[in-house]
Amino acid sequence: MKRFAALYDAIDRTMSTNAKVAALAAYFRDAPPGDAAWATFFLTGRRLKRLIASASLRAWAQEIADIPEWLLGECYAAAGDFAEVVALLIDALPAHAREPDVPLAAWIHDRILPLAATDEAEQRARVTAWWRGLPRNERFLLNKLLTGEFRVGVAQTLVVRALAQAAQAEPTAIAARLMGDWTPTADWFSSLMAQAHTADPSRPYPFFLASPLEDPPETLGDRSEWLVEWKWDGIRAQLVRRAGEVWLWSRGEELITRRFPEIAAAATHVPDGTVLDGEVLAFGGGRPRPFSALQQRIGRQRQLAQIMRAVPVVFMAYDVMERDATDIRTRPLEERRAGLIAIVAHDGVLRVSEEVTAPSWDALSALRDESRARGVEGFMLKRRSSPYGVGRRRGDWWKWKIAPLTVDAVLIYAQPGNGRRASLLTDYTFGVWDGDTLVPVAKAYSGLSNAEIEELDRWIRRHTRERHGPVRAVDPVQVFELGFEAIAPSTRHRSGLAVRFPRMLHWRRDKPASEADTLETLKRMASLNRE
Amino acid sequence: MQCTVSTNSTPGTFGIMSALITDSVSGLYCSAGDFFVDPWQPVARAVITHAHGDHAHAGSEAYLCAAPCEPLLRRRFPDAAIQPVPFGEGIDLGGVRVSFHPAGHILGSAQVRLERGGEVWVVSGDYKRAPDPTCAPFEAVRCDTFITEATFALPIYTWDPAAGVIGEILEWWRANRAEGRASILFCYALGKAQRILAELRGRTDEGLLRGDAASAGQGRVLLHGAMAGFTDVYRASGVALAPAERVGEHARGRSLAGTLVLAPLSARGTPWLRRFPNPSIAFASGLMRVRGVRRQRAFDRGFVLSDHADWSALLGTIAETGASRVLVTHGWSDALARLLADRGLETGTLRTAFEGELGELAAVDPEGT
Repeated sequence: MKRFAALYDAIDRTMSTNAKVAALAAYFRDAPPGDAAWATFFLTGRRLKRLIASASLRAWAQEIADIPEWLLGECYAAAGDFAEVVALLIDALPAHAREPDVPLAAWIHDRILPLAATDEAEQRARVTAWWRGLPRNERFLLNKLLTGEFRVGVAQTLVVRALAQAAQAEPTAIAARLMGDWTPTADWFSSLMAQAHTADPSRPYPFFLASPLEDPPETLGDRSEWLVEWKWDGIRAQLVRRAGEVWLWSRGEELITRRFPEIAAAATHVPDGTVLDGEVLAFGGGRPRPFSALQQRIGRQRQLAQIMRAVPVVFMAYDVMERDATDIRTRPLEERRAGLIAIVAHDGVLRVSEEVTAPSWDALSALRDESRARGVEGFMLKRRSSPYGVGRRRGDWWKWKIAPLTVDAVLIYAQPGNGRRASLLTDYTFGVWDGDTLVPVAKAYSGLSNAEIEELDRWIRRHTRERHGPVRAVDPVQVFELGFEAIAPSTRHRSGLAVRFPRMLHWRRDKPASEADTLETLKRMASLNRE
Repeated sequence: MQCTVSTNSTPGTFGIMSALITDSVSGLYCSAGDFFVDPWQPVARAVITHAHGDHAHAGSEAYLCAAPCEPLLRRRFPDAAIQPVPFGEGIDLGGVRVSFHPAGHILGSAQVRLERGGEVWVVSGDYKRAPDPTCAPFEAVRCDTFITEATFALPIYTWDPAAGVIGEILEWWRANRAEGRASILFCYALGKAQRILAELRGRTDEGLLRGDAASAGQGRVLLHGAMAGFTDVYRASGVALAPAERVGEHARGRSLAGTLVLAPLSARGTPWLRRFPNPSIAFASGLMRVRGVRRQRAFDRGFVLSDHADWSALLGTIAETGASRVLVTHGWSDALARLLADRGLETGTLRTAFEGELGELAAVDPEGT
């Protein structure tokens, strides 16, 4: 674990992307393949099933550090991360003799996984003994692995780059091999490094991602060079049809075939050796339904038949990357599109995402104003000559989204953030007027600059009215323009409304709280939105 | 029992009958002796624990401080009336016997002991228990009432020995030198910077400071201009420090590759920093104990080196004083006061004019408080 902890520290200690990649590549080259396999597993965001509840670790640490529970709470307020609090607390205890180093893979197989088969008393005995025998950084990592909360400040694309460097292979090849279902073993890692040619039939391609269009569409040049589609509000997914089977992958590289059996069934009619890119979409009465409907399908594995009837879905296909078992990603979009239409029908569960044919940017712009009513998020603009790329590469694919709904709301509560935002008050609750009271309607965390966060933090501390644990009620003075994607009636919220993806757009220092929006206005937006 | 005295309140007595020290709008006040301790407004007579800006404010008519503190105070207030008193020597102020005792925080830092009619109060100022080559070690003083700082009063704050931390700094510097990078180490200009220089002096065996042919110009330690004055005072006071020169006005680029540069946090984000080639940025402070704080402030490295007492040092010190009443100020004072109250001590918290509470530590360095 020492080597893995040193890698974590090296990544954690630099803001430089190149330095992070270099540290990762060195690790992948030098570490035993079994360890490197597990490191890849964790660094690509995969997790062990949570073995021990964070609450248990806290309770054990509190007992052995001999401090009251409220003091542990204060520590959390300062550090924002219980795994770290626990690791730091143990420092105050007399050190045990350091154990000899155990490799990462052995930690997982011989120590961590077997915990599942033991009772709480035994878990406590083992874990607390490990704490006492490990240096602080390894103790911290152990806690992260035990609670399934391991995260590191490194994007997946960087891990892929580092693996590619170590294997002297193309990043796309590594990305493709990381996408599928794999088990972190020494053999798997060795074959990843050797780029063994035994192809895994389920393996999807890396997704090509669009960038947000910030300039007017006219800057893209001639309208005729662009294929325009509606931007659907569903789950981006890849349908792999090979070896007589069907796999449906989400962009989070999760296999979701079983959640959408009607799509899997429809896909059996697609010729073998085909890979489609598209959107899983809740769809009923000839039109898309809101993302919130689709969420019912995501969460639920039981009573599938019932929920399938209640929330029918379609796979809205918009690209084909593989045809007749041949990778055609480098062929121009126009050619791929023709192939897609030959494979997929215009209706049914598997259907083509239709081209929007409005002839000019102006006409598109007018049509785009209907987006909300049509239940879509705007347009996708794709260059007809473009290949199917990897990751987010600007230039060929754009998402031209509609402006978010906005509302001016008053800051009413604040509380500390997590992780690197610990000890700053960065989680805000906003309210709008209902008569002469402010009703909370949205929580938002993002949208302010660091300087604004710090300024607001200082203001909040000086203008706290009441404290309820970590939550502070503040003087209702500061007005913010909030943006959000959708607003819908809700029985679970006090305001009777649920907003989707709220964030702060502007700090309206010019606006007095009395001029913030009213609940009535929001309800009107919600009823329009439902249309 | 617990009582809270908040900022800008009217004069308070912490709910204590016949208190030797009360809380006033100008700071801690001893009415029997008619003097203030570390007042934050100009007063007639100010007794000063140490020369940091939030303890020693300009404009008072007369200052009293520990003898080794005088040159620092004199540098900050060149024309002030300052009376130095040797450590341990008592003087009488209106029937109150006042003496200074080493606090181990920075050069000249002192606890102030007040005695009248057999009752003893001690104002700790800021203090630490870890050894520091730049100042006299903390001396535990028995008292009835102890006014203690609580800057890092949480059990997550446990300091590793400074020797190990200095070793980490040297290792970081060495790695940066190998890559031709400058190592910028932000640290408090008065106290922390000189402590680091003193610790580095003990490490000349590392061959870093000799400037021999193999490492010509490489092992140099440089100082930001804002630190040079205080550093001169330390040297003049006889504190042995590693050689360090000011960053030259026109020096930039390759001539600064491989140097270790001590600078105050205020220099961050200024054009001054641009002269250094591909600098690695670090911060030396007790704050760096928490990973989230370091990352939020986007430092490459954080070195946990504090001039304040850690959790066990605070509790140990409070026990050593034998005080039955403990008043707590700075930082996590609520937490410390509550814990002491749970253990049966009479406690209270006391906020300073400059600090709402510790949450703001993310924005400032408490090492200079």
